[in-house]
Amino acid sequence: MWAALDILLQANFWAAAIRIGTPLIFGVLGALLCERAGVLNLGIEGIFVAGAMSGWLAVYLGAPLWGGVAVAALTGAGFGLLHGLLTVPLGLSQHVTGIGITLLATSVTYFGYRVAFPNVSTPPRIEAFPPLDVPVLGDLPFIGPILAQQSAFTVLAFVCVGLVAFVLARTPLGLALRAVGDNPEAVEAQGLSVVMLRIGAVMAGSALMALGGAFLTLSAFNAFYFGMINGRGWVCIALTVFASWRPGKALAGALLFGALDAYQLRIQTIAGGTVPSQVFLMLPYIFSIAALVLVARRADYPRALMKPYFKGLR
Amino acid sequence: MIRFVPRERTPAWLTAAVSVGAAFAALMLTAVALAISGAPIFAAFALMAEGAAGSGFALAETLTRATPLIFTGLAAAVAFRARLWNIGAEGQLYAGALAAVAIGSGAIAAPPAVLVPLVLLGAALAGAALLLVPVLFKMRFGADEVVVTLLTNFIVLLFVQMMLEGPMKDDMALGWPQSSPMLDEATLPKLVEGLRLHAGLVLALVVAVVLHVVLSRTVWGFRIRAVGENARAARYAGLPVGLAMALVGAISGGLAGLAGASEVAGLKGYLTSDLSPGFGYAGIVVATLANLSPLGVVPAAIFVAGVFVGADSMSRAIGVSSYLADLVVALALLSVLVGGLLTRFRLVLVRREAA
Amino acid sequence: MEHDHRPLVLSLSGITKRFGPLTANDAIDLDVRAGEIVALLGENGAGKTTLMSILFGHYVADEGSIHVADAQGLLAPLPGGSAQAALKAGIGMVHQHFALAENLTGFENIVLGTVPLWRLGLHSRTARAKVERLIDESGLQTDLDVPVGRLSVGEQQRVEIIKALYRDVRVLILDEPTAVLTPQEAEGLFATVRLLAARGLAVIFISHKLHEVLALCERVVVLRAGAKVADRPSAGTDRASLAELMVGRPMPVRQRAASTPGNAVLRLVDVDVGRSGERDRLQRASLEVREGEIVGIAGVSGNGQGALAALVAGLAAPVAGTVEIAWQKVRGADPAGRIAAGVGRIPEDRHRDGTIGALSVAENFVLETVAAHQNQRGGFLRRAAIRARAKAAIRAYDVRCPGPDAAIRALSGGNMQKVVLARVLESGPRLILAHQPTRGLDIGATIDVHRRLLAAKARGAGVLLISEDLDELFALADRIAVMHAGEVSDALDAATLDVRTVGLMMAGHRAGEAA
Repeated sequence: MWAALDILLQANFWAAAIRIGTPLIFGVLGALLCERAGVLNLGIEGIFVAGAMSGWLAVYLGAPLWGGVAVAALTGAGFGLLHGLLTVPLGLSQHVTGIGITLLATSVTYFGYRVAFPNVSTPPRIEAFPPLDVPVLGDLPFIGPILAQQSAFTVLAFVCVGLVAFVLARTPLGLALRAVGDNPEAVEAQGLSVVMLRIGAVMAGSALMALGGAFLTLSAFNAFYFGMINGRGWVCIALTVFASWRPGKALAGALLFGALDAYQLRIQTIAGGTVPSQVFLMLPYIFSIAALVLVARRADYPRALMKPYFKGLR
Repeated sequence: MIRFVPRERTPAWLTAAVSVGAAFAALMLTAVALAISGAPIFAAFALMAEGAAGSGFALAETLTRATPLIFTGLAAAVAFRARLWNIGAEGQLYAGALAAVAIGSGAIAAPPAVLVPLVLLGAALAGAALLLVPVLFKMRFGADEVVVTLLTNFIVLLFVQMMLEGPMKDDMALGWPQSSPMLDEATLPKLVEGLRLHAGLVLALVVAVVLHVVLSRTVWGFRIRAVGENARAARYAGLPVGLAMALVGAISGGLAGLAGASEVAGLKGYLTSDLSPGFGYAGIVVATLANLSPLGVVPAAIFVAGVFVGADSMSRAIGVSSYLADLVVALALLSVLVGGLLTRFRLVLVRREAA
Repeated sequence: MEHDHRPLVLSLSGITKRFGPLTANDAIDLDVRAGEIVALLGENGAGKTTLMSILFGHYVADEGSIHVADAQGLLAPLPGGSAQAALKAGIGMVHQHFALAENLTGFENIVLGTVPLWRLGLHSRTARAKVERLIDESGLQTDLDVPVGRLSVGEQQRVEIIKALYRDVRVLILDEPTAVLTPQEAEGLFATVRLLAARGLAVIFISHKLHEVLALCERVVVLRAGAKVADRPSAGTDRASLAELMVGRPMPVRQRAASTPGNAVLRLVDVDVGRSGERDRLQRASLEVREGEIVGIAGVSGNGQGALAALVAGLAAPVAGTVEIAWQKVRGADPAGRIAAGVGRIPEDRHRDGTIGALSVAENFVLETVAAHQNQRGGFLRRAAIRARAKAAIRAYDVRCPGPDAAIRALSGGNMQKVVLARVLESGPRLILAHQPTRGLDIGATIDVHRRLLAAKARGAGVLLISEDLDELFALADRIAVMHAGEVSDALDAATLDVRTVGLMMAGHRAGEAA
């Protein structure tokens, strides 16, 4: 029993919680940006995969680490553009198109990886983001060891939270994005382009999703594995509802999820042997479903979410 | 500038033409990927075609692969018709397979005439039960079924692994996590001696026809269509919306469960955790290619199966990754979605000048 | 007309717009001067909305040109197809369905799109000062800092108008602005509009309500079937001649059949529906509808009519009080049970609740009765029998459609409503719920609906008619009750009521105070 509680006092545990939560921060931010503008992006799972591979590949081919980050973001924006074009001006089903984007991004990535590395058995590695070396704070007890296990990529996630929160709340662009997810006619009537705003939001959101994938290959690990995303994207969609489409709550939700996941990994080593490991591996998915079910009734969905808008059809 | 003008009616030939055109467009787009990868395009396609339908054996392989896809395609079609976004056919397939093994690998001893139907029924019930949970969450709590069914896939797969490493593990399998084999009495008969083609295909075809009749000719089919097209109006008209939704969930989950049973009892003979290379997700593509028509699911499933079987064989021959098949299928899905616009709208060119 | 010295601000000439075989606008000319209030009058489908949508850039005209005065007063051509261009040229439009984002505040809605998107701040201080100055000048009081979704409909409309004024419009288009207001609120709006016009704003007032047009506007332009049929000063014209111009034939004079009501088929005693805090709910509502009478429910929408309709239709259950339909106590939310009890329901929104667009006319006709023995045998649909009866109904109700197998969404609103009416009336209901049964219909279809409801009443059915159109209520109802804030007034003999009294009751005054 004490062992189970003692985990919470380990700096290692909190470091892991942040490490596991970071890709989800990117993912939830990306999903909420798309959904705030009225577009559900189920391409997220595939965009994670594509971001993870493309960012890693760029670095493997000699780009600097931040270059890899940029490549991942551009890759995500590219798939976002495709999703946006299909669902916004063409008004196709956001559900089915999103699944299609996931299938496409995943298959393109896997195929591309196989083309680049036809005959490797162990995945090639890169030099990943180094741990942070923070002056003063790094020397503190408890906090120091936690920080020492994070990288500059983690800092980027926290910066993005602030940035998205600021843009949504305080800028004309954020105003327009919030409006277009509530009533596109209000936006059109004020002379703004619904199509451009929505496609832009989906591209930006998809770029963030891709960063979530790239974090895994450029910071958390140093290689690309098949199946490494393993439902993280879908988890983000559930967490977005849980976070009521707010950046601050998205951060909290992602970190809470990271903590739960890190906790189950540690409990697993304590309880290992008596309980099958799969039970623990199921927990994050069960948490996500539970979170979704708990808040769904009260959830304040963007009013125009999943409703295509056609100019002049009123 | 192009404007979409809604069609009052869609000719049947157009719907079919769009599906065929989308398949063709997907292959063309794949050629681009092939060209980039430096592979010989024409040779690759020729080998794919040969591998999928070049011989009686190849054709039988394609039909064998199409069998689970017909089931999962029907599962997606019936659910999507009712606007129930069941993306969990993969999980329901495994639930069905697990139930099939639980019943058919020695727990019950009975002649085939009893055991085979029992295995199928159990699998269908397991798949149905698995989907009824998200349907309940959706109706009771308003929880989006897309996310719940998607996440359930991962849970079910972990559960299957747990069972295969634990209670259902076959101790004779030299440490491999796989289930005990199905009894001979629980196995679906082969259709042709020497080929892998099995009675699951016949069952799939019968189910497609039955589903078509149910949807178009019966009171419950009418209710399902009404609820799918406009649930509010259906509720206003006093139709049992909740029951219809639950029925759709049971049918859709049950069909996906049958896919699992058919694979285990007809093809593999035992359960492993890599039973399905994504049949559940491919079912979505099949259903969309078929424009959600149960009868259309059959050719769509055969096409998708052909792509997979052909790509495998091509990959073995010239070493181009068989992930090419997934690429074709994903592109086919997106192409048919875009093409579907042509069935719902006429495209009219509008001059855009100063008024 | 004597020469008008006011400068021209807007000039439309030869505007033509075709949708396939339909000519929505046929060579329409329209000139508007500064400070002028012009009415654009016409039935639904006459082409008013299309014309204004072209002006506002939602559609592009096939032929014709638009000129707008620039800041110097010189007429310059307006490029088509761009709302941005129209806004820039000083044209503002207040839509019938407000173009407001409900999750933003009134202030945010007003400044939306007026600041370059890439700017970092919202530059609130100068914008704020300007909005407050506009409110002072126009008297359009509203709370700027709560999400618009929480404002009343009247306040939302004020935000819409300020939004237009904020952009320094020279032409303001008001599309059916009084549809959501009480007569008294409408008066307030008119005062504001007159004030703004006196400052030089040109106003185009779109309406089909003749008395408002005559009260507010100095000039009336009448559209019929896409063409301009009249353009004359409103002084010297009257309702009857305008109505005739609008419809193209003399209006039939309606007369109310005398009613001899029987037993109550609907009885509400102290009924609550919905939770407190919800806007559209019923509070201690008592009401009776008897056989052979039409009881009208007046009120600004959102005052509980939705809850009342949902209760009678079976979508909502009473929380408290007793409800009797056809002498049976009703407890749950059970649409099928209501139908079985003999309630025929005409929903407010025929697209959303009344029909299933993708299904055929025949399927929509049997939507409520599909499980009945005449429509199925052993669970299988009797498709031939269904088609035959749908065909008969199509003939009897004069539904213009390609046939029983056509998808109902291809039908016009009027014909769609005829299918709904056929479904409701064929079952011989004891009680008919008619919720806004003529909304969005042209006059021909409206007259047809009215005739059918009167016939049903004559046959002995009780009719509960919920409508925002006072003309309709006074034309049909034997008794009228008014809803305000979830409460239902006593239903009073329509012959003893007038529009003014009902209007005051709609604003929350009691019948005694109002009279």
